[in-house]
Amino acid sequence: MKKLREILHLPRINEAKRYTRSKVGNLFYFIFLFAAGMFSLLPMIYCVVTSFKPLDELLVFPPTLFTVKRPTINNYLALPDLISSLSVPLSRYVFNSIFIAVVGTVLCVIFSAMSAFVLSKTDIKYKGVIFTVIQFALLFNSYTLAIPQYIIYSELRVINTYFVYLLPTLASSMGVFLMKQYMDGYVPDALIEAAHIDGADWFQIFGKIILPIIKPCVLTLTLFTFLGLWNVGNSGTIFSEQLKTLPTVMSTIATGGLARTGSSMAVSVIMMIPPICVYLISQSSIKETMGSAGIKG
Amino acid sequence: MTKQTKKSMFSGSRWQLYVLLAPFLTIFSLMIVLPVLSSMVLSFFNFDMVSTPTFAGLQNYIRMFLHDDIFPIVLKNTILLAILTGPAGFLLSFVLAWFINEFGRGPRTLFSFMFYAPSLAGHAVYIWQILFSSDSYGYINSFLMSLGLITEPITWLSNSTYIVPIVVAVQLWSSLGISFLSNLSGLQNINTELYEAGAIDGIRNRWQELWYITLPGMKHMLLFSAVMQIASAFSISNIITQLAGYPTVGYAADTIVSYLHDVGTVKYEMGYASALSVILFLLMVGTRWITNKLINKTGR
Repeated sequence: MKKLREILHLPRINEAKRYTRSKVGNLFYFIFLFAAGMFSLLPMIYCVVTSFKPLDELLVFPPTLFTVKRPTINNYLALPDLISSLSVPLSRYVFNSIFIAVVGTVLCVIFSAMSAFVLSKTDIKYKGVIFTVIQFALLFNSYTLAIPQYIIYSELRVINTYFVYLLPTLASSMGVFLMKQYMDGYVPDALIEAAHIDGADWFQIFGKIILPIIKPCVLTLTLFTFLGLWNVGNSGTIFSEQLKTLPTVMSTIATGGLARTGSSMAVSVIMMIPPICVYLISQSSIKETMGSAGIKG
Repeated sequence: MTKQTKKSMFSGSRWQLYVLLAPFLTIFSLMIVLPVLSSMVLSFFNFDMVSTPTFAGLQNYIRMFLHDDIFPIVLKNTILLAILTGPAGFLLSFVLAWFINEFGRGPRTLFSFMFYAPSLAGHAVYIWQILFSSDSYGYINSFLMSLGLITEPITWLSNSTYIVPIVVAVQLWSSLGISFLSNLSGLQNINTELYEAGAIDGIRNRWQELWYITLPGMKHMLLFSAVMQIASAFSISNIITQLAGYPTVGYAADTIVSYLHDVGTVKYEMGYASALSVILFLLMVGTRWITNKLINKTGR
């Protein structure tokens, strides 16, 4: 059939029937999207540009947004001095941020995958009910639940510990939801059946078969979880400076006023690097993972 | 699959299944299910975190609707902000994804990064604070002044007229991320055969194709991204507090979430804060229900 079409110089079905845009239309959309994209990128660009501005250009009137005449790295070089005036050494904040982001992300991905596997591939009792509750819980984030969660924290005596950073993330239903939908769509039941016949138990099936094939989903969830934890604040649940994270350092430096703008931007540029790296690593997997994420209403 | 094979497939040691399920389910019940249920119960009590809760009947709800001057304002703000940011964010994320979807791989990757950048920039909200800074050094002010449009700097963030539009813009800017990504993936995963079949069935233009094939084809994805938008649109509070502090001038932009945070963690009126949460839950669940109905109407 295809051959015949080619011989007769008939257009292929796809090209003939899809109502795609014209070349001019494409250019128009490209320009529009680029403009909108620049707007969305604007604050990031502003951050980078400002972090390279010398002090006199920061104070110039009228202020300049995206241009820097004599770029300098002084704002970055000034950071160690500014940081040494903090009451807690910077290494502590760095450790806290990395510890929370890494431990939280790893636990969240593993726990989510474990329960998603049970909900997707076994006949455990009440799995339908459990999954419906999980789907509904997508609505409630830790802002909405702030007060009742605060009561729980205080009952568990975990206020002012690392747990207040980790628990909301580990409880988030997003991970299980994405993983379960992905396994439903991409992991064939026959695979598990075959493993069973070979005598594997559930732990082995999960570790040796499921984990390797859900890699795209693991990467996607890593991105979302890491982003959330990396930027996590401490709204009224962390009091000791020893346990605070890098965003605190940034706001401490930023309160130094206009003259410190350059340095606080330098900190935010440094803060942006890890999330961007994680995004670049995981971005090709996102399409596959999110494509299976629909909610059946 | 026959019953027979199904049985053999699931015959592994079952205790392992509970072990696999336990970590998440425990934390989930503790941090999500229990809070939701306990708010419902606590909303009928008076509780200050120290003394034992005392039963209050409907008092908290009566106070909310009849005696609290702030509640009607924050309720109105919550609904207003949700209407302005929810559907707009949802449509915007879909339209952008739809536009981007027809480009090749290169531009698609570039645009995806651009529109996801605000999510990556994390604490970038305070950049808007600098842009809207109220003295003449604020970028927006100095820009307008140099154009001669205004002569005095405007106090953007402490002016009840401007704060709502600013919050809407910043929220839209920062919340596109996940629903944009899921819409884009949804579009790319629609079976192309559907389009071919549609063409045979007499689809005549791009709009018909969108309405009769694309939208129904990604219905489940639309509902997912709508749920994400509802979740963020009703819980706007962080960016308001970061931009304009709490409370904003005359509570002009404060929402139920920022108000219940104040009632709960500052005034320790947990019963009342729980009643406020319950109203918020009802609003969100109701909106999700309506959205579900609307999405099911596509393609008809």
